[in-house]
Amino acid sequence: MSSDEKQSDQPPRHRAIVAGHGEFAAGLVSAVQQITGRGDQLIPVAVHKLGVADIEALLRERMLEENVRVIFTDLQAGSCTMASRRILRGTDDAVLIAGANLPTLLDFVFAEGVSAPQAARHAAERGRAAIAVHGAGA
Amino acid sequence: MTLVLYRIDDRLIHGQVVVGWGQPLDIEFIVLVDDTVADAEWEQELYRMGVPPEMEVFFHSADDAIKTMAKYRSDTRAGILLTGDIATMSKLAAASGISTVNIGGLHSRAGRVQKLRYVFLAPDEERELRALAARGVAVTAQDVPTARPVSLEDVLSGSES
Repeated sequence: MSSDEKQSDQPPRHRAIVAGHGEFAAGLVSAVQQITGRGDQLIPVAVHKLGVADIEALLRERMLEENVRVIFTDLQAGSCTMASRRILRGTDDAVLIAGANLPTLLDFVFAEGVSAPQAARHAAERGRAAIAVHGAGA
Repeated sequence: MTLVLYRIDDRLIHGQVVVGWGQPLDIEFIVLVDDTVADAEWEQELYRMGVPPEMEVFFHSADDAIKTMAKYRSDTRAGILLTGDIATMSKLAAASGISTVNIGGLHSRAGRVQKLRYVFLAPDEERELRALAARGVAVTAQDVPTARPVSLEDVLSGSES
């Protein structure tokens, strides 16, 4: 197998955008990188100082540039989620996961055998189930 | 209770409003005043999905909001009135006697200059804020309840940025 063929078997370097408040995205991507070495699948996007129209434009631009179809955001009510929902309106091949957490992203970066949107849907379930309460009468 | 916060925020309903202010003030309803959103069912649905089920959201154009302000002020619950720009809030203040206005977020865009981390203003917006204050409205900037309110003079001078 040539080196080119080997490369074509590999998943695309970037598979999803992570966006949210403050340093949420950079922090989560950094954690994914530290745990798995696969943080380069994720594009952290910070939106400090931006209004909603500019957030939407920035996320749209990054999606097109990197040809990704998955966005992870932090909060259902957040500006990044609102902007992403506007971007996804009228598209049928992209997925937004709002309320993403570290277990969500860890599951996503290991799911290389399926499309990124499929992996994201699976990862969302894993992330939801990964929240546990310990102590204080739990 | 009544409308406990009149906020100018170009992100409208988002995390700071729903969680940052909503939880400590026990906010049970939001009045979103925006001519564009008031005319766009899909946008309204988008914003409704951003709030918890126990929080109601009402959408109005500026003209419509003036007519319905008394109803929200006499509501027994605590509410926030939101506009996305200064002009809309000025219109409401002039017509219905708003005494305090919170600048929660006016973000970077062409023609605006940074005044605070979360406040960017164009020259005409600075004039609108001065006019609002000249009518006796107390205008301060404060993104979240735990932050110190910044006076309008300090906002305009950019001394806090």
